[in-house]
Amino acid sequence: MAETVTRENWPDALYDLLRENGVTQFAYVPDAGHKVLIDRSLADPDVHSVPLTAEEEGVAMVAGADLGGRRAVLLMQSSGVGNCINMLSLTQGGRFPFLTLVSMRGEYGEGNPWQFAMGQAVEPVLKAMGVIVLRAETPEDVIAATTAAITMAFQSNQQVAVLLTQRLIGAKKF
Amino acid sequence: MAKLSKLQTATLPDAVLDRRQAVPALIENPGDFLMIAGLAGTAWELSALTHESPSLFGLGGAMGAAPMMGLGLALAQPKRRVLVATGDGELLMNVGALATIALQNPPNLAIICVDNGHYGETGNQDSHTGLGVRLDVIATGAGFPVVHVINTEADMAEGQRLLREGNGLTFILLRVKEGPATHEGKKNLVPHIERDRFRAALLG
Repeated sequence: MAETVTRENWPDALYDLLRENGVTQFAYVPDAGHKVLIDRSLADPDVHSVPLTAEEEGVAMVAGADLGGRRAVLLMQSSGVGNCINMLSLTQGGRFPFLTLVSMRGEYGEGNPWQFAMGQAVEPVLKAMGVIVLRAETPEDVIAATTAAITMAFQSNQQVAVLLTQRLIGAKKF
Repeated sequence: MAKLSKLQTATLPDAVLDRRQAVPALIENPGDFLMIAGLAGTAWELSALTHESPSLFGLGGAMGAAPMMGLGLALAQPKRRVLVATGDGELLMNVGALATIALQNPPNLAIICVDNGHYGETGNQDSHTGLGVRLDVIATGAGFPVVHVINTEADMAEGQRLLREGNGLTFILLRVKEGPATHEGKKNLVPHIERDRFRAALLG
């Protein structure tokens, strides 16, 4: 892992952190906020990089990976959280370890009005389904929060979302 | 009263097989597989078929999960063969999963869709397949390298062979009549207990 986490290198440090902790399946719906993670997973011969057609596919895949003794992560944008809600019945009821990294829209500095409804609903709906929510506002936060989330998910069988906030990733320019 | 019509493109013959015989006939050796079964009919009949094997994770909810659980499991256990059995309604709910799975092309995964053309648990409404939507054509279009349709007993031997030999990602559409699935009524699908049993049997 990079010695100093900066605004430029945190995505690489995040990928390294996930790999050092044994994550071998990366499920995602493409999103600019996850570009580095997606590209590195595609270039990594030791992982499965799985593009989804919709986010709830990834919730089920993460559970299947756990049945087979492997660790997976779901990468999605805030709008995709809404596509996962009933499928979280599976992770909750099965007490499956669940780790998701959510790149946020519809909050700090958002310029697209369509993003606000789901963006603002991310935390309450995840919490309503029993998912613990950690927010990362700075590059240091990303590594600390994801380290914490990895322990909570894979050692304590919790369902945890790390929100990569728009303070961290910047509001998309139009 | 509004009535749904069969698609003009519907060309498959009426289903004739009874799932209570056809599912066990197709899955000759369930012990060869790690298994995921979709909610309702397939979960009950695979539970009965395997005598509640710990190598079966049967869903009682989370409709649409079964194929993608199978993908995660197949990627995690490349030396084991994984079988997903699910109904037409469950598969239709996340039909995009067929595209996702085909892109990964795990050679150790087979999906059986037990297609009765109806939503049997909710009042037996027609499903899209019952009105002519072709899941086998969708699977082919998604890129499944092996797709087989079982309309009658005559198609069964090829399905059995595909499952027995396991040469690559496979989709089998098993078309059955309306009617109940085998349900022994013993297994209580408590998901966290199923998870622990499954993992203990597989991983020690």
